[in-house]
Amino acid sequence: MGFRTAPMSQGLSVAAPTAVERDALFTPEIRAQIDAWCAKYPAEWRQSATIPALHILQDANGGWLAQQQLDDLALYLGMPPIAVYEVASFYSMFDLAPVGRHKVCVCNSVSCLLGGSEGLIHHLEHKYGVGPGETTPDGKFTFKEVECLGACKDAPAVLIGRTYHEKVSPEALDKLIDGLE
Amino acid sequence: MTDKITIEIDGRTCEAAPGEMIIAVADREGIVIPRFCYHEKLSIAANCRMCLVEAEQGGRPFPKPVPACATPIAPGMKIQTRSKLALEAQRGTMEFLLINHPLDCPICDQGGECELQDVAMGYGGDFSRYSEGKRVVQDEDLGPLIATDMTRCIHCTRCVRFGAEIAGVREMGATGRGENMRIGTFVAHTVAHELAGNIIDLCPVGALTSKPYRFTARAWELTQAEGIAPHDCLGSNLHLHLRGNRVMRVHPRDNEAVNETWISDRDRFSYQGLASADRLLKPLVKRDGAWHETSWQDALNRAAEGLKAAAGPHGTGLGCLISPSATLEELYLAQKLVRGLGSDHIDHRLRRQDDRADTLGPTLPWLGLPIAEVERLAAVLLIGCDLRAEQPLLAHRIRKAAGEGAGVALVNPIALDLTFAATQFVASPAGMLAELAGIAKALNQQGTGTVKGLIAAATATDAHKAAAARLTEAGQGAAVLLGALAEAHPDFGLLQALAQVIAGATQAKVGYLVAGANGVGAGLAGAQPQSLPGGVPVPVPGLSAAAMLAHPRKGYLLWGLEPGLDLGNPAQAAAALGQAESVVACTAFRSPSLEAVADVLLPIAAFAETSGTFVNAEGAWQGFRGVVAPPGEARPGWKVLRVLGNLLGLAGFDQDDSAQVREELRALCAEAKLDNAPRGDLQDLPLSSQQAAKPRTWRVGTLPIYAVDPLVRRAQALQASPLALPFGVWLSPADAADLGLTVGDPVEVRQDGASAQAVLALDPRLPSGCVRIPAGVVGSESLGAQIAAVTLSKA
Repeated sequence: MGFRTAPMSQGLSVAAPTAVERDALFTPEIRAQIDAWCAKYPAEWRQSATIPALHILQDANGGWLAQQQLDDLALYLGMPPIAVYEVASFYSMFDLAPVGRHKVCVCNSVSCLLGGSEGLIHHLEHKYGVGPGETTPDGKFTFKEVECLGACKDAPAVLIGRTYHEKVSPEALDKLIDGLE
Repeated sequence: MTDKITIEIDGRTCEAAPGEMIIAVADREGIVIPRFCYHEKLSIAANCRMCLVEAEQGGRPFPKPVPACATPIAPGMKIQTRSKLALEAQRGTMEFLLINHPLDCPICDQGGECELQDVAMGYGGDFSRYSEGKRVVQDEDLGPLIATDMTRCIHCTRCVRFGAEIAGVREMGATGRGENMRIGTFVAHTVAHELAGNIIDLCPVGALTSKPYRFTARAWELTQAEGIAPHDCLGSNLHLHLRGNRVMRVHPRDNEAVNETWISDRDRFSYQGLASADRLLKPLVKRDGAWHETSWQDALNRAAEGLKAAAGPHGTGLGCLISPSATLEELYLAQKLVRGLGSDHIDHRLRRQDDRADTLGPTLPWLGLPIAEVERLAAVLLIGCDLRAEQPLLAHRIRKAAGEGAGVALVNPIALDLTFAATQFVASPAGMLAELAGIAKALNQQGTGTVKGLIAAATATDAHKAAAARLTEAGQGAAVLLGALAEAHPDFGLLQALAQVIAGATQAKVGYLVAGANGVGAGLAGAQPQSLPGGVPVPVPGLSAAAMLAHPRKGYLLWGLEPGLDLGNPAQAAAALGQAESVVACTAFRSPSLEAVADVLLPIAAFAETSGTFVNAEGAWQGFRGVVAPPGEARPGWKVLRVLGNLLGLAGFDQDDSAQVREELRALCAEAKLDNAPRGDLQDLPLSSQQAAKPRTWRVGTLPIYAVDPLVRRAQALQASPLALPFGVWLSPADAADLGLTVGDPVEVRQDGASAQAVLALDPRLPSGCVRIPAGVVGSESLGAQIAAVTLSKA
């Protein structure tokens, strides 16, 4: 059995936290939320809760994940830390450095590019002075270029927070940004 | 295999087992399919796509090329590895792989032996259509052994899979996505695993290379010779890569029965010690307390006179301590020489304190089963064994067994960091006996003598019962193995007795993980006080290593060891050797603790410089040649002994080469049988005086992985690795609090009149009443036995 098909809590040298150590991680509320996800999977597959747990931790940390959180999660779920880094660094919805109050994610994949997302990107860069991955000086939002959002039929698509906005023009984008706190 | 199926590769009909992958069948048939990510010892990733081939089944072609590494064969499958479609697919893959690969072969250490280079020559195009910028990946520092150039990485993930599947430690991974994916530790920490060096061999490109070897030679300048690893009882098979008269690097040589395709970092990088500045280059004699270079003739005469005078008319004044990593030929001739002078005082078991069991225990101990069988065991009980440090590759076999569901239990004076699930019984050296007695009790054993008392006093906990049940269920598929910490234990005899009781109740085999590269061979060669060559018992045994030092001799012959670091009780050794009238030391290295006591230093050849034989733990005689000349005037050890024998006028020292010595011994070993059955009743041995005194604090003197012999101790890269434990004092947090000590406190260690100072650190893996003070490292020379009572106080 390869390591992809075996739970990481087995067959690998993984630190097993004591009950005391585990209770020192996160807050009781966060632990309860993560445990709710773990309960959906077989006991030895706690690693399956990695992505929802990362969302929970990111929301609790102002929209980004600090390395200590990743290490704590690895300990909590019984995984080697590198396996958590792999997940957290793969998905564009996780940020590993501080971000603005909001995240404006513009799709840069083929349908959206054809539908005008390149114009949105230029607009953001020139009007707000932020390149991809950068945060406006007032900390209002972080502009991210992301891969396909799966909204090709109404391209171009922009994801702000957890809301999809489709067929977005530069003017519409300005309005959306003005509406942010 | 009954249901073989037939397939066709490139028009050739091949038999194969169902479920085999195309590439495995092709490899067996000698049909070359290019690959990067596939490795027969690792799981299948199928992410490099280099092994694409054309296939059809039942007359229907697959719609597109299939990866040979991840496509299981089916009856009647026809595979084309060199068709137009296959070659185009391979060329396409190659072009994509080279898009981001730098064209820096001239400055790449892998150049000339690079799989990417070779495959690009065979399957790639001759120009690049890519003119955009290439990506650059920042390097990571993985420590003193492995150099990185991650820009060259082609993401085959062999190193990642090696960590997860073989090493059992996931330190490396693939972070990021798409163009930004990179292989690394993400947080740039040193890779600390005793097998990590194997990722250098696995890496198909120049992304991971050997830091000590890097930029010192080109592959085409090297010649390859065969060798046997000189550090543990496995005897891993090696390829030595030489340039001129120098070992430039060491690679594994495939041998499924011993080391598969791996070697430990200790075997891989210890060659560095050969070039250390303190090699002994000329014979030295001590005159008026100062060392003077001299001729071999003079030195040998002095040595012969000294040995003869020390031996006296009955030989009893002479003792010989010889490294268990000496060659079989050296061990045999040394015992012949010592016995020729009338003495039976020769021993290779340098760290054994409890010699009371010598005549009762087995004469020729060994692993008790073939090495390859270890991974098929269903239950293993390890007694006194710092497994990963003592036997890195046997640890891998046991890990494989554990992965297949074997129950592994360990009885140790310190909890180990293992890479597999195991039950660890951690107890003080006194408690180890109680733990074993608990298992014996769970097996309803009564025992006799002392063991009876131990079992009666023990409680069989649920854990003991579970371990006992696993051993019983496994029946003949179980083994009870005794390691080096058991051998250093003051009650080694009773540990063996309990091991025998447990094995007897469960049909388990008893095995010994003997010290050194040639511990089994040393027994066969007769380099021990209780037996002659071939395991023939001596009527009145001579003195063991411990006894020779406890009852000082007039003279000593020391072979391949540093008294301060290689002997079980350095303080006692310094006193005994210091008072001797004559100490002749044959050594490859100068060493302060040797020079303090010796009178004559004779330079002998080290690893790779002498021909010889090692007998490994399973009893295989593995011969090797001297592939580089010893430096200076150093000479192969067997020749030195031969001439000494002649000078002393002893019979039987007229061999012309080492093969003759070996054949002479082989003839004596015709009847010899490696056997772990005790010859007497071990159960009646009384508790050692150490044990009886019920010490408040026990020293647990583990031997760090890179401190096992003089050669390893001089390999700089290994010494710089995080696994090279320095001298120090470790206590469990509770014990430290009890003694009123805190981390960083200077601590005075007193042991049997000896003392040393060190800084305190905490180690929660220690049981109560134990202090970890490593042996074999600089700073430990002034202390006593490895496992014994100590007292600690704030310095």
